[in-house]
Amino acid sequence: MLANQFHSLFYAFGFYLFGLVAIASAVAFVTRKSPVAAAMWLVNVMFCLAALYVMLDAQFIAAMQVLVYTGAIMVVFLFVIMLLNLGHPSELADARGRWGYIFATFIGLVMLAEVMALNRANTIERMIPPDLAARAAAAAATPLAGGIIGPVAAPLFNEYLLAFELTSVLLLAAIVGAVVLGKRRTDAR
Amino acid sequence: MMHSLSFLLQVANPQLPPTMGMFVLMGLVKAGAAFGIYMLCVAYTTLAERRVAAWIQDRLGPNRVGPEGFLQPIADGIKNFMKEEALPDGASKALFIMAPAIAFVPAMLTWAVIPFASPLPVPGVGLVDMVVADLPVGFLFTLAISSLGVYGITIAGWSSNNKYALLGGLRASAQMISYEIAMGMSTVCVLLLAGNVNLNEVVAQQGAQGWNVLLLTLAFFMFAVAALAETNRVPFDLPEAESELIAGYHAEYSSMRYSMFPLAEYANVITSSSLMVTLFFGGWDIPFTTWDNLPPWTITKTLLTMALYVSKVMFFVFFFIWLRWTVPRFRYDQLMSLGWKVLLPMALVYITVVASLLLGLDAAGVARTGWAFRGAMLGMNVVFVVLVFWVLDRGRLISPAYSRVERERLARMRAVADRGDLLSGKGA
Repeated sequence: MLANQFHSLFYAFGFYLFGLVAIASAVAFVTRKSPVAAAMWLVNVMFCLAALYVMLDAQFIAAMQVLVYTGAIMVVFLFVIMLLNLGHPSELADARGRWGYIFATFIGLVMLAEVMALNRANTIERMIPPDLAARAAAAAATPLAGGIIGPVAAPLFNEYLLAFELTSVLLLAAIVGAVVLGKRRTDAR
Repeated sequence: MMHSLSFLLQVANPQLPPTMGMFVLMGLVKAGAAFGIYMLCVAYTTLAERRVAAWIQDRLGPNRVGPEGFLQPIADGIKNFMKEEALPDGASKALFIMAPAIAFVPAMLTWAVIPFASPLPVPGVGLVDMVVADLPVGFLFTLAISSLGVYGITIAGWSSNNKYALLGGLRASAQMISYEIAMGMSTVCVLLLAGNVNLNEVVAQQGAQGWNVLLLTLAFFMFAVAALAETNRVPFDLPEAESELIAGYHAEYSSMRYSMFPLAEYANVITSSSLMVTLFFGGWDIPFTTWDNLPPWTITKTLLTMALYVSKVMFFVFFFIWLRWTVPRFRYDQLMSLGWKVLLPMALVYITVVASLLLGLDAAGVARTGWAFRGAMLGMNVVFVVLVFWVLDRGRLISPAYSRVERERLARMRAVADRGDLLSGKGA
């Protein structure tokens, strides 16, 4: 009993810690003038999300979050930022006019209202299947085939194989498009 | 999964897993001990590097501070703490100060999931796993965390407000992205064989099946090259190429902040060596015997396996140092083409073949621990090694550069050299 209380206290502490750090980092990310500093704040957001995934026992997703987003995508972002020499805030030309601020505030308020409305109507609680606790207990009792990867890999390569492969074709199309655009510019010179 | 607190008071059987309280306690003890030992090893790897370098270049190296220079790392540490810390003009201060720490921490964190001995039975506590954190995601954790090391270098290069440092940082990020992919791909075969990403399972599988280096030599080769590139050491030290970039990304650093970068490099060397040992050389497994892989666990087993693990890791640390003082640096285009045009396609083909072979063997009902399975894997391995290192390589990586010269021309060149005119310097 005491152990359970301690556990939920620990859990709550972790949730609020990582959640607050994530939100603070996200705010810092959009307000920093220096693109590199902003990118580093975004890295921090990714880390906090990974920590929250671990707390949900989704350790594979957490590892992928760090590996793909923090370790690869953000490194490429940083590389591009440095290569384009966006280091000087004065040279930055982004849409920060008065109308931009007003529009952003409006969108933000609408989203906040949506979250509050959902919370009020207990929509999220109603979306949770009633036998979730039983299913979770059953899943915890059976040893996982193929470690922690199996439960993710099996549906991905059986049920959702077509969607999975189509996504990779989509990514391939993006890469080919980038190559074509890059090539055209050098040819025109 | 917190048990009720009464479990904490129970007298534990040393052959069973410990209770939650003891688990947390032992985790703290292991983390503390591992941190101390790891830092000590990193410090002494610097000494090993300098002494081995001296030995390879036929000089003495640092041998004055203490017996055989044994106190040199401590002297260096004190010196670095005493020096002035410079902050260049126009540097972005917070990132400049943070960068060395960002470079160092991932190297050390990665090491936390590597098992270093067979489980230790502690009376009154239970069976303690000899790994700081036995994560279910094991190897993915090492990949994820080691991919963060590049931030330290890139940020250091950018925040210094120096064009040479920036170029070094850019090179580092391009290099590490390229080789990370090859590194991940080369280990997929290992994970396919183990059927799991937990490093304890990988070690257990090698104990039962034989070391992966024998079954997957090509994967080991690709992993070793990629690991070398990830540590930014010669022949892949382009981010700090002193002949072109002064000192690259750490050109503006001084004192202890500078010192963190070499320390991070040595930490990476130790971590990469440990990974090579764990993935391809059986981890703490003692070869030719199954005695060490089976319960009941004893303290003798733990000590012996740990000694073997440490000696394997030390060999690979030596291997890294040996390479550094043997081979010259790659050119930048060579580096990129090796990563993207050689290692990545090779890894993809290799994964396909290994996966098909495993599927075929499993479908044929061949037991994974039997000799038929090992024989099939070994046969495939021999074919691949011959194909890559003798047929496809031809003077690019492994075989000597003269293997691309025509045979008759080579004979003529050798005949000229054998006359002694070239060697004695008399002229023809």
